[in-house]
Amino acid sequence: MQAFTLAQPATIDAALTAVASPGAKYIAGGTDLMQLMKNDVETPAQLIDLEPLPLSRIQADGNGLRLEAMARMSDVADHPAVRAGWPVIRESLLASASPQVRNMGTMGGNLLQRTRCGYFRDTGFPCNKRVPGSGCPAIPGENRLLAILGGSQHCIATHPSDLAVAFAALDASVELRDPNKQTRWLRLRDLHRLPGDTPQDETNLGTGELIVAIVVPATPAARRSTYLKVRDRASFEFALVSAAVAIEVRDGTIVDAGIAAGGVGTKPWPLPEVESALRGGPLTDKTLHDAAMQAGQGAHPASQNGFKLTLLRNTVFRALQIVAA
Amino acid sequence: MAILGQPIDRIDGRLKVTGAARYAAEFAVPDLVHAVLVESTIGAGQITDFDLTEAQAMPGVIAIVTPQNAIRLSDKKGSQQTVHAPLLQDMEVHYNGQHIAVVVADTFDRATAAAARVRAQYQPGEPVTRMESALDQAYAPKHFRNGSRPPDSRRGDPDTTFATGAVRVQATYVTPIENHNPMEPHATIARWDGDKLTVWHATQGISGTQQSLAALFGIDAQNVRVICPFVGGGFGCKGNTWPPAVLAAMAAKIVGRPVKLVVTRAQMFTSNGYRPETIQKLSFAASADGRLVSMRHDGFSQMSMPALGEYSEPVGLPTEMLYDCVNVAVTHRLVPTNASLPTYMRAPGEAPGNFALESAIDELAAGLRIDPIDFRLRNYAERDPHENKPFASKALRACYAMGADAFGWLRRNPVPRSMRNGRYLVGMGMATSTYPTHRMPADARVQLGANGVALVQVGSQDLGTGTYTVMAQTAAAALGLPVGRVRVELGDSNLPKAPVSGGSMTVASVGPAVLAAAQSVRAKLFDMARADRWQGAPDDALRLADGAVFGPDGRMPIAELMARRGIDAVDATAHAEQGPEKDQYSMHAFGAQFAEVWVDPDLGEVRIRRYVGAFDCGHVLNAKTARSQLIGGIVYGIGMALLEQTHVDEETGRVVNSNISEYLVPVNADVPSIEAIIVPSDDRLSNSLGAKGIGELPMVGVAAAVANAVWHATGVRVRRLPIRVEDMLAS
Repeated sequence: MQAFTLAQPATIDAALTAVASPGAKYIAGGTDLMQLMKNDVETPAQLIDLEPLPLSRIQADGNGLRLEAMARMSDVADHPAVRAGWPVIRESLLASASPQVRNMGTMGGNLLQRTRCGYFRDTGFPCNKRVPGSGCPAIPGENRLLAILGGSQHCIATHPSDLAVAFAALDASVELRDPNKQTRWLRLRDLHRLPGDTPQDETNLGTGELIVAIVVPATPAARRSTYLKVRDRASFEFALVSAAVAIEVRDGTIVDAGIAAGGVGTKPWPLPEVESALRGGPLTDKTLHDAAMQAGQGAHPASQNGFKLTLLRNTVFRALQIVAA
Repeated sequence: MAILGQPIDRIDGRLKVTGAARYAAEFAVPDLVHAVLVESTIGAGQITDFDLTEAQAMPGVIAIVTPQNAIRLSDKKGSQQTVHAPLLQDMEVHYNGQHIAVVVADTFDRATAAAARVRAQYQPGEPVTRMESALDQAYAPKHFRNGSRPPDSRRGDPDTTFATGAVRVQATYVTPIENHNPMEPHATIARWDGDKLTVWHATQGISGTQQSLAALFGIDAQNVRVICPFVGGGFGCKGNTWPPAVLAAMAAKIVGRPVKLVVTRAQMFTSNGYRPETIQKLSFAASADGRLVSMRHDGFSQMSMPALGEYSEPVGLPTEMLYDCVNVAVTHRLVPTNASLPTYMRAPGEAPGNFALESAIDELAAGLRIDPIDFRLRNYAERDPHENKPFASKALRACYAMGADAFGWLRRNPVPRSMRNGRYLVGMGMATSTYPTHRMPADARVQLGANGVALVQVGSQDLGTGTYTVMAQTAAAALGLPVGRVRVELGDSNLPKAPVSGGSMTVASVGPAVLAAAQSVRAKLFDMARADRWQGAPDDALRLADGAVFGPDGRMPIAELMARRGIDAVDATAHAEQGPEKDQYSMHAFGAQFAEVWVDPDLGEVRIRRYVGAFDCGHVLNAKTARSQLIGGIVYGIGMALLEQTHVDEETGRVVNSNISEYLVPVNADVPSIEAIIVPSDDRLSNSLGAKGIGELPMVGVAAAVANAVWHATGVRVRRLPIRVEDMLAS
């Protein structure tokens, strides 16, 4: 870790001003950034601590859910409105990390956590994401945990967030504020970028732009949703494959579906091919199975992670069976 | 001796849970500065030069030690625990993550920041990083089992008889690199006072550390003091005196101040050994009536480049002795790679070797449609067939019987893939466990004061296993005292000499010395009592209890006996070592492992739902700490079966998951209800306490029991650890 200074602005506007200083970076719960700093992957000159900001409310009404960026993972998971109206959010959070980490981790920080790719997190390796143009030894190397969807010849790093997968399935939006104090909204599905030939650019946030809140619509599908995570270890591990599914059924027919996957993509991976295969179909095991088998179109596995495609389809199918039951 | 065996709480428990127990890195040594290691980022080659300009300019930097200014060390042998390289003695790079420099600064944070700015220039070579691709380079170990026996053994004619088997198994089993990852990292504080060196050092062997440092720095062992009152786990990686300890002492000498060096978690993957990858080729055959007719076990284990030393994973040893088979051949070969030196890790040899052995045995039993326990009983070794000696004790039949009963083995439908629970495939598997009863010479001192408080002193160390507690119980039993009146001192090389805490031998080695010293104190008090009152009274007419000697007609307080002689304490030092029994008997602990797994065939997840282990581990000194060790060993085995693996990048030889986020060990959610059964057993031939080793035994056989259960659940035989989701997806 390298030396840094710490600023603790009391207001959002002050934070947006402070971030303009050279080498400044926001820190929320710090559960990821501190690891990256200890490994010299991140070497900010200044941290802008978001902790003091009044940004941790959890608000729900008939229209939707608004989670402010500094709301804790544990608080959101335990919120009665979230339990009732958006179970997939609660389940994705409880499947994340450990209770200690969830007590620190925040909504905004969770969406912006960096990949777990071991090559990215060790400065002893080249990495196009960390040092653009230095090369990617992960693609021909230890790639079991890496992405089969959305990769490029420069990077196949997996996006690690569970929560973002749930938000993608629910078609949530992020509320942003830029250093000019302008507010805008971005669909969660558009927040993260594909690596292409600039894997260092991970999101569509502008310089210094701050996530203020996540807004999730209240829908019948959201009420009938679940998150299923498959991993080697039963707890405290990132997903090999995960699925967030939400469906609305009327008179035995699936009328709405939001489906996304984790562990397989370079960003939280929506599965529109599954959604469209479900919509209008009868709620039968066959519909669910046929739709699930559509998942992962365009997959491009590496040498060790080919199993993820089968696992993705099986996981989506199982998650659909759970919400259908 | 009622206190022996009692499940009392560990006497150091309160110190640990309150944070009062002081570990090596926690000693407050005045004028201390901090050292941080710098590691290579290439897997083979030469360092051509260093650029230290930026690092030296960093705040707080006191010195940067590189091969260009390092102290030249002696190449004297030291002890078996001495590791001679890499110690900054040349510019060679043998593996990725090798120590190439040490930065010393006034704070840990400043040393860390500066270490990241040390730049090395390399002439890179081509590292050999995959054992499979270097099998043609395999060579026979030169110092197998420290030279005590050849690496190969053969009895009968396994090659000819193999073809005669009604059922034959010819298969290759692979176990991965695993790293120990104890909670406490390696840590050393080194201080020189002239040519005297004191180190506070996290180690499983203070005496080995003392001899190693003395040899390397060319000083007398008497001038090295090693202090280590507590160890936060070792599992084998703190057995040797690894380079970081030596480099801490070197740095302290160079800067002329005490130096603390704590190895980071990432550096732990290349600084202190690991369990090497093994490739084991087995050819086993059995007759139609379920008798083993041929066993061939060819073990290959990964090595560093030979310049760094030698370590062999002795995978074939259980195959030599576990079953009654006439025709057996075992070989051990080493495969050089550009990796750091491997080392002992909990049940070295036995853990990976038993996975292959007990998987193959299960395959034979399945091929013959014989119950796996029945098959093992048909081949039960009444004597050690390798050493051709009787066992000092063997209660393995009872382990099978009690384990099977507690587990409900009879409920097992022998047909694979026949048992289900909802969507899960249910499997029941078992395996045999065995581990040798080792022992080495040890000294101990026991002192009993007139106030009725005893002091036990041994230069052993408590890895977290309960050594303090069971030594207190041993002395308390002999001296007739409550445990609360016994104080135990361990972990200081000024204390009477004891061996490394490895090979599950601490109780068997140190316990008899403590017992003998305490008995000697008792004998001295009996002699005083005879002189003063009960002349000629035989030993069995006297009893030492509650601070008094009880005789035929009353009691004499020890305070009175001592006061008459103008002394306030009686003490004795004793030496204990193995007698001739070792030549006459084969000494082993045994066990039977039972696992029930549930496999989700669509999602590939394997979860262990129930676990029973039954163990013949000799006379147990503390039923509570013993049970903790048994359960802990089984959990360690679950990690080996399903999770643990160090991933190495093929191109560069660099570890990719050098952290405990991505190096997976079991968490609570992976560990089911475990029943650990201690089978009645006593082994006075092996040592005076009747104890066998308990630290390693419980993890031997776990991986095979789980793999056998997975086969039973799914019909898929996994011969490569860990068992993974993708192995199950095809089921």
